[in-house]
Amino acid sequence: MSTPLLEVENLSVEYVTEARTVRAVDRVTFSIAEREVFGLAGESGCGKSTIANAILRLLRDPAVIAGGSIRFAGTDVLALSAEQLRDFRWRQVAMVFQSAMNSLNPVMTIGDQIADIFTTHEGVSKKTAMARAGELLDLVGIPRDRLRSYPHQLSGGMRQRVVIAMATALRPPLLIMDEPTTALDVVVQQEIMAQIKDLQQELGFAILFITHDISLMVELSDRMAIMYAGRFVETAPAKEIFDAPKHPYTRALMNAFPPMAGPRTRLRGLGEGVRFRDIPDLEAVTPNHWVAPSTDDNLITEAIS
Amino acid sequence: MAYMLRRFGFYLVAFWVSITLNFFLPRFMPGDPVSRMVARLQGQLRPDQIEALKESFGLSDAPLWEQYLRYLGQILTGNLGFSISRFPTPVVDVIGSVIGWTLLLGFVSLIIAVILGNVLGILAAWRRGGVLDSYVPPILIFIGSFPYFWLAMGMLYVFGVVLGWFPVRHAFGVGMTPEFSLAFIADVAYHLILPATSIVLVSIGGWMLGMRNTMIATNAEDYIVMAEAKGLRPNRVRTNYAARNALLPSVTAFGMSLGFLVGGALLTEVVFAYPGIGFTLLSAVQNLDYPLMQGLFLTITTFVLIANFLVDIVYVRLDPRVRVS
Amino acid sequence: MSLAQNPQAMAELGLGTAPGPDGKPQAAPPPPRRRGGGGLLRGLVGNGKSVAGIVILILFLLIAVFAPVISPGDPNLITGMGSQPPSLEHWLGTTAKGQDVLALNIWGSRSSLFVGFSVGILALLVGLLVGLASAYLGRWVDNILSLVTNVFLLLPGLPLLVILAAFLPQGLGTVILVLVITGWAGSARVLRSQAMSIRGKDFVGASQVTGESGLRIMFREMLPNMASIVMSTFLACVIFGIGAQAGLEFLGLGDISTVSWGTNLYWASNDGALLTGAWWVFVPPGVCIALVAFALALVNYGVDETTNPRLRRPRRRTTPDEPTRVAASVKNSSSQAAASQKEQKR
Repeated sequence: MSTPLLEVENLSVEYVTEARTVRAVDRVTFSIAEREVFGLAGESGCGKSTIANAILRLLRDPAVIAGGSIRFAGTDVLALSAEQLRDFRWRQVAMVFQSAMNSLNPVMTIGDQIADIFTTHEGVSKKTAMARAGELLDLVGIPRDRLRSYPHQLSGGMRQRVVIAMATALRPPLLIMDEPTTALDVVVQQEIMAQIKDLQQELGFAILFITHDISLMVELSDRMAIMYAGRFVETAPAKEIFDAPKHPYTRALMNAFPPMAGPRTRLRGLGEGVRFRDIPDLEAVTPNHWVAPSTDDNLITEAIS
Repeated sequence: MAYMLRRFGFYLVAFWVSITLNFFLPRFMPGDPVSRMVARLQGQLRPDQIEALKESFGLSDAPLWEQYLRYLGQILTGNLGFSISRFPTPVVDVIGSVIGWTLLLGFVSLIIAVILGNVLGILAAWRRGGVLDSYVPPILIFIGSFPYFWLAMGMLYVFGVVLGWFPVRHAFGVGMTPEFSLAFIADVAYHLILPATSIVLVSIGGWMLGMRNTMIATNAEDYIVMAEAKGLRPNRVRTNYAARNALLPSVTAFGMSLGFLVGGALLTEVVFAYPGIGFTLLSAVQNLDYPLMQGLFLTITTFVLIANFLVDIVYVRLDPRVRVS
Repeated sequence: MSLAQNPQAMAELGLGTAPGPDGKPQAAPPPPRRRGGGGLLRGLVGNGKSVAGIVILILFLLIAVFAPVISPGDPNLITGMGSQPPSLEHWLGTTAKGQDVLALNIWGSRSSLFVGFSVGILALLVGLLVGLASAYLGRWVDNILSLVTNVFLLLPGLPLLVILAAFLPQGLGTVILVLVITGWAGSARVLRSQAMSIRGKDFVGASQVTGESGLRIMFREMLPNMASIVMSTFLACVIFGIGAQAGLEFLGLGDISTVSWGTNLYWASNDGALLTGAWWVFVPPGVCIALVAFALALVNYGVDETTNPRLRRPRRRTTPDEPTRVAASVKNSSSQAAASQKEQKR
């Protein structure tokens, strides 16, 4: 078996302040193979974005990587110097952030922001960089004259496509997508998902796809992981999670959205005030399907206070 | 475009307000300034000049609106009357001879304070917790807490009187004639050092702190994280991504400061007897030279308006988002 | 009926809520309503800078209040020879006229603080009214008030100050009036933009829908949420008041007959203190003004840091582009792992 592209082992990330320390990611282990689409789902605040930012070491003070390892194609990401990291970023792993409007510099043109990538990583002239930028826009179906536009002059969907195109600029083997469609309306969401699918087929990168909307991921992902309060509770191939979720939390998530067709049934989600505590490590239920065993001790109802 | 027209309209209104204010000001004055003036200029004025003077102070018999229109006409043709303390020099001439000095002093001080202050602010915000960030701003704020003129006088005393390193008054040495010679320019620069430094010392703290705070907020923006994720060099992130955005409020502040250039150096000029607009304004007040006072005030206000308008134009170029709204 | 209220369904799903003693599920108590101002005061007391500032301010207030008691006599009396340096008899020396400098400055604190704080309060009130009204009473009111504010902002302060002071009768009231006229516009603008952003928030809309009166909304809903900005603006106004008053008096346009730090400086300059080297006449008033202004700035600093945690002093030196810190324990084990991997590969 070839080395997986990304190997995260026992990763723990803490936010350390004078008042207290919060463990945002608690001993998380997973790996992503080449060309694989790995979906990471969970509710807001469960730590999925923290994992994403940790891989690129973008987290700022007071965040600390408190334990574990992150290896990319054999390289230890946590041991890289600042300069090696700058080389590593975007070339090996690129990221699509949640809100394109906020992740684009408002006072620079789109073209300049894309050209930045080429002039920095490949040392080419501004002119060449702009030409390559134009090609990138072609890839996502945006007219080339938009190179001279400012971010606020584009529609939401266009901005997201620009950001996705930017991520593929250096043909990185891994793309992290942190809720790329959350800020968009449903129709545009579909377009963007289709665009992502096309690009993935064409360019063959792996994706770490983060979302809180499982329905979006199920089509696209090969494997999925469900996260809760900093820990993984279940990982399995996408189809299995969809058809036969084993952890109560996963089941609650799956049951939370209705099918388009079929008889009307009562929606079932998590009850009010249900919390999981001390989630144990994942155990294999079937060779590819790992679940954190849950006993009744885990299920604690806490009054909202 | 619509934005610029609206701004222009606003400045027109502001201009009108200041002219009108100027018009009414002497008419609200207690006592009878005209007789005082006439008494002073006994024998120097012809009867029609006395009439004109009386009129400009609202003591003619013409109805108010007629006086107002005439006043507007005078303003727009550049006739600001005659200075009393420097009779018979017309007010415009007096102003013309002094405005250059104020502009020189104010502009030099402002540029230095702005550039130094903003650069320090950017650096302080980039290295949070370092010396620049933790210690320098409070020190500068403390220096800026002293009344400006007190610091100016202190500097004058220490460096001018006690140490004798710098001249203590005027814009150039006694006996030198204004001309474009190297010697003269050097002399002017020499006389400029103390007054300009005093202004810079007091104002730099504000610029630094303002820029630092804006920069801290900008550094937290998502597009900075994205820029770092792209693997861009720190210098580029700091300059093109962070500073370029953080500078926008500074530009507005710079513009407003530009406007106050002409009026703002008043205290400096008084302390250093620097022959500029402010100094002249104070002496006009002390000498009850009302035409000169009015003329100076009008000049200062006009200057503020023009400067602000120019800054609006520049700001539109810098912030693409404004062009849309 | 939500899932939580159906214990059977919950049990089916493997989730459970133990019903209360009466068989119904427990309800959650409502969260306590937090007023905006409380957190600010608590934060200020905890912030070192603002505590220092408050202590200095209280000190000066006490000096002003107890002036008759602590002052070595009436400042206007000539109690010694002119221009004497500090001595045991006159701790801060005498002025050119022979008045005691210490007495002059102790008494001077009254006028300076009084005018400074009056200007601060009044300018803030006017600015607040204008700002709130502008944000709340509709487009037309906003347009007119904004126009007036902007015009006043443009009128150059010091020259306007000079001219107004020259035209109006001398006195403390004039000084206060003139300072408020030139000072209100700055606070109005800041408060207006803050009020407008609060105006757009949902709870204001909700208050309107439930029929709260305009005035009540302005003062009971919007104002508490602007606590920190109002505080900052107030401090800035007071600093302005004290400084501008000093400037006016120094130029001789204030009330020359009162004793204040500014007039002390006026007389110092008039009597040629610097030229005769009598620095003891000149230094104390300036230092007093600076201390008060600095104390106010410190409190302001504290307000900034309390309300905007980002501005607080970080625990270590950082730059924004620093890669995420890796705990030392992790680094050691990872480099060991890398070393052992290299070993294996060979």
